[in-house]
Amino acid sequence: MAITEDAPLGTDVSRAGPPRSRRLSSPLALTLTLLTAVLAQSPIRGALGTPLMQSWTTVFVAVTVQALPFLVLGVLLSAAIAVFVPASFFARALPRRPALAVPVAGVAGAVLPGCECASVPVAGALVRRGVTPAAALAFLLSAPAINPVVLTATAVAFPGHPEMVLARFLASLLVACAMGWLWQRLGRTDWLRTPARGAHEGATKGEAFWGAVRHDVMHAGGFLVLGATAAATLKAAVPAHWLRTAAGTPLVSVLALAALAVLLSICSEADAFVAASLTQFSPTAKLVFLVVGPMIDLKLFAMQAGTFGRGFALRFAPATFALAVAGAVLTGAVLL
Amino acid sequence: MNRQAQAAVLFLLGGALLHAGTTDLYLRYVKAGLRPLLLAAGAVLIAAALATAWYERRRDRERHPHPEPRVAWLLLLPLLALILIAPPALGSYSALRSGTALQKPYGYGPLPAGDPVPLSVVDYASRAAYGHGRSLHGRAVRVTGFLALDHAGRPYLVRMALNCCAADAQPVKIALTGALPPVLRPDAWLEVTGTYAPGLTHDPVNDGPIPYLLVTATRPVQAPRDPYDETWNT
Repeated sequence: MAITEDAPLGTDVSRAGPPRSRRLSSPLALTLTLLTAVLAQSPIRGALGTPLMQSWTTVFVAVTVQALPFLVLGVLLSAAIAVFVPASFFARALPRRPALAVPVAGVAGAVLPGCECASVPVAGALVRRGVTPAAALAFLLSAPAINPVVLTATAVAFPGHPEMVLARFLASLLVACAMGWLWQRLGRTDWLRTPARGAHEGATKGEAFWGAVRHDVMHAGGFLVLGATAAATLKAAVPAHWLRTAAGTPLVSVLALAALAVLLSICSEADAFVAASLTQFSPTAKLVFLVVGPMIDLKLFAMQAGTFGRGFALRFAPATFALAVAGAVLTGAVLL
Repeated sequence: MNRQAQAAVLFLLGGALLHAGTTDLYLRYVKAGLRPLLLAAGAVLIAAALATAWYERRRDRERHPHPEPRVAWLLLLPLLALILIAPPALGSYSALRSGTALQKPYGYGPLPAGDPVPLSVVDYASRAAYGHGRSLHGRAVRVTGFLALDHAGRPYLVRMALNCCAADAQPVKIALTGALPPVLRPDAWLEVTGTYAPGLTHDPVNDGPIPYLLVTATRPVQAPRDPYDETWNT
């Protein structure tokens, strides 16, 4: 890495100061952090040596390593949308009326093969490209749940129960569209903080593209780490036998699995297998788990707060949670 | 974090992914099928790092820079955890905290050849728990897994079954009876030879079925290349 003499150029510039401030330049801070970590590695290893901390670290690293490739895929797509796809394309591709654009965008979610980490940056890029937020949000919610990879995994996890796949597809699409329409009616643009950064930055398309990739990986990646920390803590701290007590009553079991989906933050490609293993729960409760998880969990909340702003995430997440539970229970009552 | 530091972090992160993907390290955390994606993501991250350094070198220094995300510093945590600590695959601690994930199979394939018959923990457990061991035809079996001892000291042979990453890993357990070695160490990998023993016990965590295996011989073995059971991924 190149350390130049005028390094403070890009450091925390939120406060305007003289170019040569006395604050630590970030390359230097980075070098010192890495050096300290290397020198202190044996005490760190010792502190993380207990079984609890070991399994925490394993789950933390696993969630991050598993999500990074999908995040990178989503970031590449979103950078490509931001730089190479003209805004007029989306104006032509989507129906002009937002009420119609919402279901079209919801169904379009089926073409993004991946889990929820990929859909957040893509939805952010769609909003920046002038897609009506209601439609982009429907896409954000439906894409991780209804794409072929996830539906196939669901079919494999629930052998002999194709109605589970159908119920997941319908309930997820229903909730995604409902959230889109809800946003269109009640949402206010000042809740949504779309980054001003766009294709205009950078002299060439290549510079703009790689600039967008770098920014999104660092930014969404940081929030991904935040979510992974929370998920690993809960996985290590919540005793599994609580679930057994919760499975007894229908209402409690539905709420318990909805809360579990939020807390565990499992990738939507794998959640069906976990749901299938919760044998003591009713099919409707499992469906709630499958519908809530890809739409809102700790990891997603952190990433949504990072992409669209905290004010947005604080309003959007509870509404999504409530609608997802209601939609899944309704679909479950009809189909399962 | 300024762009030069970001380039360095991107480069290290990409390098760590490539390192994990080219060695067997990644198998401790994610499923084997994720390897191509991991390598591709590592390559993209390194390309982004090089591109950032390249454009940074030519950048007009007079231009007012945008504020850079401070949350990016958090990316150092998984980077250091992966490079310096490289935590082990989930073991007996996690296995005892979650209930057995055994599920009724579609049907039973023919037994593999050999005497004793080599079977996976999942395969033996589902044959023993759901078919009353009939599909084993009374033959001796050989199963490999790690040991877990519950709070009463009862030994289980366990394999964690994994679908995507270690966050969704769930144990499949076999209760061991019979000729066990005098000293049992949790997390030690064992190759157990034995025969079907009737009866089922239930996992205290989720009431799932745990079949018995009557042990005739044990042999300590190295942990396998892929510590997780991935039969459910196919």
